[in-house]
Amino acid sequence: MQVFKLSQAELDSMIRHFGSLGMVYTPAAGKQPSARTDCAPGWQPADGAPLALATGPSATSVKTFFFPQPETMQTFSVKNNYPDRGLLREPETLTEKQIVVGLRPCDARSVLLNNLPYREDPYYQANMARTVLVGFTCDAMCSTCFCDRMGGSPMATEGLDIAVSRLDHGFAAEILTARGEELLAGLKLTPAGISELDELAGRRQAAPQADAAGLDALKERDLNRLYEAPLWQQLGESCINCGACTFVCPTCYCFDVQDEVVRGTGRRIRYWDSCMFPLYSLHTSGHNPRGQKMQRTRNRFMHKLKYFPDRFGPFSCVGCGRCVKDCPVNIDIREVMGDLLTVE
Amino acid sequence: MPTINEQLTEEIRVQARKLLADKTVAAVIGYTAGSLPMTVKPAVIRAADDCGRLVWNSFCVLNLANYLPEVLKSVEPPRGPRDPKPTGPLPKVAVMATGCWSRNIVVQIQEHQVERERVVVMAIGSRGMVSRRKVEAHFSGREILAVTELDHELVVKGADFTETVNRWSMVRDNCQTCTHPDPVLVDVRIGAPAADRKNPNPFKQVEMIEARSTDERWAWFSAEFSSCIRCYACRNACPLCYCPTCFVDDARPQWVGKSLDATDTGLFHVLRAYHCAGRCTDCGACESVCPMGINMRMLTKKLNKDVLNLYGIEAGMQPDTPLPLTTYKPDDPQQFIVNEPGSAKEGA
Repeated sequence: MQVFKLSQAELDSMIRHFGSLGMVYTPAAGKQPSARTDCAPGWQPADGAPLALATGPSATSVKTFFFPQPETMQTFSVKNNYPDRGLLREPETLTEKQIVVGLRPCDARSVLLNNLPYREDPYYQANMARTVLVGFTCDAMCSTCFCDRMGGSPMATEGLDIAVSRLDHGFAAEILTARGEELLAGLKLTPAGISELDELAGRRQAAPQADAAGLDALKERDLNRLYEAPLWQQLGESCINCGACTFVCPTCYCFDVQDEVVRGTGRRIRYWDSCMFPLYSLHTSGHNPRGQKMQRTRNRFMHKLKYFPDRFGPFSCVGCGRCVKDCPVNIDIREVMGDLLTVE
Repeated sequence: MPTINEQLTEEIRVQARKLLADKTVAAVIGYTAGSLPMTVKPAVIRAADDCGRLVWNSFCVLNLANYLPEVLKSVEPPRGPRDPKPTGPLPKVAVMATGCWSRNIVVQIQEHQVERERVVVMAIGSRGMVSRRKVEAHFSGREILAVTELDHELVVKGADFTETVNRWSMVRDNCQTCTHPDPVLVDVRIGAPAADRKNPNPFKQVEMIEARSTDERWAWFSAEFSSCIRCYACRNACPLCYCPTCFVDDARPQWVGKSLDATDTGLFHVLRAYHCAGRCTDCGACESVCPMGINMRMLTKKLNKDVLNLYGIEAGMQPDTPLPLTTYKPDDPQQFIVNEPGSAKEGA
C-alpha cells in the first residue's frame, strides 16, 4: 500500500483529475440547481471548487450510487406491431465509472455490509464494479456519531479505494486497492515521509476504536425474548411511520419492483422501499403480517440488530447517526440499543 | 424565577396527572424530553405516575393532532373488524394543543375523524416554535451540543463556544407569520391565553414567489424539490393525511411513479398540497420534519391564501361552517373556468 502526502491544492487538483476518468460526485452543499437530473439527492457532480466537508457524514448516504433511484432491471415493449412484444430484455449494463469523493468511513463500511445480502445481485455487483470510493477519514466525530460502537472507527479505511486523512500540514492519501491506484496513474504525487506516516499512525491509534465488548454484549442478548417487551409499544406509538430513517440509512437496502410503461415502451424498475410503510409487507391476500405501526417499528430494529447479524454476522448499522439526526420524533437507535441491553 | 416554559411544563404535568388520576381521560398525548439538543419526543402517557416526564418548550414542532385518531382508537375496548361500535361513552384522550393544532382538531372533527366529546384539549397559547434548522444554519459548521431556553433567548453551547441568540429570530417562518396563536378549542387552559397577532401580510413569502416570472417560478419549484428523497415524512407528519392508502402508495392503479423522477416527485408535492387546500392550518410540521430541508410549506401557504381570498375561510377557525372544498354553493367563485375568447365572461 502506498501513501502520498498532499497539500490542499494538490488534493483539489487530484479531484479535478478524476473528472477525466468518469463522473465525480461530492457531498452537496445546500440546494441543488434545477438542471440536475442524476437523481442522487444530497450529492452533486464535482465542480472543481475546493472540497470543504462538514464534520460527520454527508446528508444522504453513499447507497444512492449502489441502489440508484430507480434501477432499470428489464426493458420491454407492449406495442402491438412490435415483434418482441411483451418480452423482457436485459438493459445495457452501465459501465461508466463513477467516482465518489468525500464519503466517510461509516458509509464505506456500509457498502461492504450491503454486499453480504447482495453478493449475488447482478445490479449491485455492476454498481460495485463501476464505483470507486475516495473517502475522507474523520478527525472529529459528531455527537450523533457512534461508528465505534457498531464495529467501525472514524479513522477506518475498510471499503475504500483511497482514504484521505487530514494531517497537521496537508493530507495523507492511502491507496488501498488496485482501482485506487488506477485513479492516480499518471499523477506526480509525493510519497509520504516517515514523519507523515508516523503522524497518520498516531492519529489512527488515538481515534476511538471499535468497542468489541459492547458489540458482544448486544449479540449475546436473546432479543427474541424481548419481542413482546413494552418498549416496542412506546416506540411504535410515537413513530409516525415515515421512511426518513430508512431512506437516510446507508444499510437499509429494501426495494420494491414496478413496471412503468410510457407510450408502449416499458421498463421494470426497482426503487427504494421502506419497512415503515404498510404496503411493504402487505400480502396479495389482503393480509398484512405487520399491519400495526408498532410491528413495523420493531421490525426495523430487529432486522438491524438481530435478523441480519444472525444471518450474516455483523449488525446492519454503521453508526453514522443520520436516523438519530433526521427522525421527526427523535427515535434514537442508541437509546433503543441501551434499552435492549437493560430491559428484563 | 422559573421560565415561562418551566411554568407551562409544571402546569401540564399537574393537569395531566389530574385528568388521568380521576379517570377523565385514558391517555394524554404530549411531549417528553428528547435525546438531542432542540428535539422532543411525542409520547402517549397512560399512567398518572408517568406525567412527570411531560415537557413543554419551543421545540415542539410536530403537530400532536396527528396522533389523535389513532390514540382514540387505541383506548377503545378491543373489538373485531365487523363488531358494532360499543354503546355508551367511549374513553377520552387529552391532547396538548396550540392555536394551529387545535384548528387541526376542528378540521378532524369536521371530517368525522375525531369526536369532539372524546377529546380534552389542553390549550396552550403558542409563543412560536423554534426552527432547529435556522439555529443550525446560524451556527453553520459548528456542532451544537446543548441549547438552554430562556424566555426570550436561546443559550447555545458547542464544544468551544457559548452564545446567546434571540429566540424570536429563530422561530419558524410559519409561526412568525401566524395570526392565531391561541387555541380555538379550550377544555383545560394551560398558562395565559395568547393574544391574536396583527400581521399586515402573512403571505409575504408566497407573494415574493408569485411576483416572479413563470420561468423563475419553475426554476424555484424544480430546485426546491430536486433534493426530495420521497421518504414521505412531510405526509406522515401531517394531521390532514389519514387515508388508509395514500395515492402515492397505491399500486393498482399506479397514480404516480415511485422512483426519483423529477416529474413524479413534483406531482407528489403538488397533489399533497392540493389535498390540504382549505384544511391546512400552516402548522409547519411538514417543513420541520423534512430531512432534506425542503420548503414544501410554500405550496400549502399559497393555497391557504387562495382559500382565504376566494372563500374568506381559514381552516379550523369556523367550527360550524363546512369546509369550503367539501361544499358547493351556486355563488362559489369560478375564476378558474377558462373562458373561450368571445364567450360571455364569468363573473367572480
